[in-house]
Amino acid sequence: MSAIQVTHLTKQFATVKALDDISFSVGHGELFGFIGPDGAGKTTLFRILTTLLLPDEGKASVNGLDVVKDYRKIRQDIGYMPGKFSLYTDLSVEENLKFYATVFGTTIAENFDLIKDIYVQIEPFRKRKAGQLSGGMKQKLALSCALIHKPSVLILDEPTTGVDAVSRLEFWEMLKRLKDSGITIVVATPYMDEASLCDRVALIQNGKIMTISTPSEVIKTYPYVLYSVKSDDIYSLLRDLRQFPQVHSVFAFGQSAHVSFKEEHAAEDVLHKYLQEKGHSDVKIGPTQATIEDCFMELMNTKW
Amino acid sequence: MRTILYIIQKEFLQIFRNKGMLPIIFVVPIVQLLILVNAATFEMKHIKVSVVDMDLSSSSRKLISKYEGSPFYEIVQTTFSYDQAMDQMQRGKVDVIIRIPNGFERKLVKENLSKVQFVINAINQSVAGLSSAYCSSILIDFNRELLQDWLNPSKLAGLKNIQTDYSYWYNPKLNYKTYMVPGILVLLVTIIGLLLSGMNIVREKEIGTIEQINVTPIRKIQFIAGKLTPFWIIAMFELAFGLSIGKLVFDIPIVGNLWLIFLSGGVYLFVILSVGLLVSTVTNNQQQAMLVSFFFLIIFILMSGLFTSIESMPHWAQEMDRLNPLMYFIKIMRMVLLKGSTFDDISQLFYSLVVFAIVMSSLAVWRYRKVA
Repeated sequence: MSAIQVTHLTKQFATVKALDDISFSVGHGELFGFIGPDGAGKTTLFRILTTLLLPDEGKASVNGLDVVKDYRKIRQDIGYMPGKFSLYTDLSVEENLKFYATVFGTTIAENFDLIKDIYVQIEPFRKRKAGQLSGGMKQKLALSCALIHKPSVLILDEPTTGVDAVSRLEFWEMLKRLKDSGITIVVATPYMDEASLCDRVALIQNGKIMTISTPSEVIKTYPYVLYSVKSDDIYSLLRDLRQFPQVHSVFAFGQSAHVSFKEEHAAEDVLHKYLQEKGHSDVKIGPTQATIEDCFMELMNTKW
Repeated sequence: MRTILYIIQKEFLQIFRNKGMLPIIFVVPIVQLLILVNAATFEMKHIKVSVVDMDLSSSSRKLISKYEGSPFYEIVQTTFSYDQAMDQMQRGKVDVIIRIPNGFERKLVKENLSKVQFVINAINQSVAGLSSAYCSSILIDFNRELLQDWLNPSKLAGLKNIQTDYSYWYNPKLNYKTYMVPGILVLLVTIIGLLLSGMNIVREKEIGTIEQINVTPIRKIQFIAGKLTPFWIIAMFELAFGLSIGKLVFDIPIVGNLWLIFLSGGVYLFVILSVGLLVSTVTNNQQQAMLVSFFFLIIFILMSGLFTSIESMPHWAQEMDRLNPLMYFIKIMRMVLLKGSTFDDISQLFYSLVVFAIVMSSLAVWRYRKVA
């Protein structure tokens, strides 16, 4: 039995299909990522899984419990961290944690070992009101509160949005450790680079799952040879590349452009010449490994 | 149970941590009672009178002196020109013009009949009605004295004369404040109860904390009980606090049983908090909740019998008023405090409140599920 089982789930809001016939399953102890842009349907899916929203069609179960019928039992089993910080900003760190522990019928001491690694980082501020914490601290507190009742499934909706790069890395380290202790984790993120840290990822767009695979599998399925192109002026470089006839796709990727070609054989030299004619200097072209982001962009282009 | 207690504890922590809250709880009742009770009065004092005495006889002076001697009137102008008096009324400086025509005394002596004119500003019709009644009663008094002076005593004895004496029950001195304090107190606990409870839950919705609460195994009933109990306690405290101010400052009579007041108050607040909860389930933010609450508050208050008597409302309004919980509690308060009514006397009103409590709370709890 899988930790989460979803079959043909559909949810409609007025004219928008937030979820369109979605099916997937998450195994026990898996770190499963949902990658997709804003408005893809991640939050809707998570709200259904956490029993906050009723699906229109299809079934979803957590630990074999139906999200509609057994919602009460599920709430005891899951930890949920909404995308928006939703702890009491006028209560202190300690008071928030104590409140959620009591609400779940447990105490901080009972499950302290689970949150210890996370909590020690915010403990110096335990008397501070939650509203006055920094973004990263808030996330740690929210995670602590979501974990305080020792859930078997942890559902995190964009936990790293609005958090600095260092804190993001730390946060994923923590998730890894939680996963090692046997907790199933489902996480949504708009950051493609975080996808490679998951066991499996689902790329989601417009309420549909485009692909579900391990990050390395996703990358392997990338059908083109990819080149990284650099020059002194990234803006006009992108523009000129798009006008190059053999080019299949061009995306900005940090300080360089990722380019794929329609034909299998690389037209490296031709492109180099073309760019120099266009007045670019310092042109550097080299093959590169496709990332999840490239795959995502490719899937978006072909399927929609 | 432990969960409920903990939610209550958390609520109190948040309420008292909120800097704006303490003044609302303590200052509002004091200010409301002191200002409203003193200001909202129908007692007629200082009606401004302009006298146009064109007779200047001893009879006319005697009549005027009767008005002068009354506590209700204040003669602000004496003139011989009716136009001048009218001008003052136009400017709103005069409420009543007493016009005594030339030859008032002469006619009285010769023809046994004379006329006086009252011109009354009737922009506020209830004040105008009362002014005119006062004016005529003074005139009747004057008339009787004339009879006594002019007729010889033997004839007077033969005249049949019915005299009316009044004794006012439950409020012998017709002290308006005694009447107002219980009503204003109801107003106070209603506003505190309805606004605080309505705002509070919708606030959790607005800032998103309800999302985190909803995924916990807290039961709906536990959450609602934990949320409303603190406000019930605060509002009950307000009731006691207000009664103390009423007793200490206005010396209102507390004839009946105080426990009866608190028992009814407890049930009444349950109704009001349920209405608050209902409002917060049908609204999405504090602004909406505030407007919806005010809509109901204004109708409830104006039709509660606090300022205008219910008996003088049209029939359909009286029927509609059966749905107004304020009306019941104001009646109970006045009956118990001023009259010393016992439970038997108020039982019908009390049970009506109980029915309200059951209906409103079921409705609110039922509605709440859909949002959670």
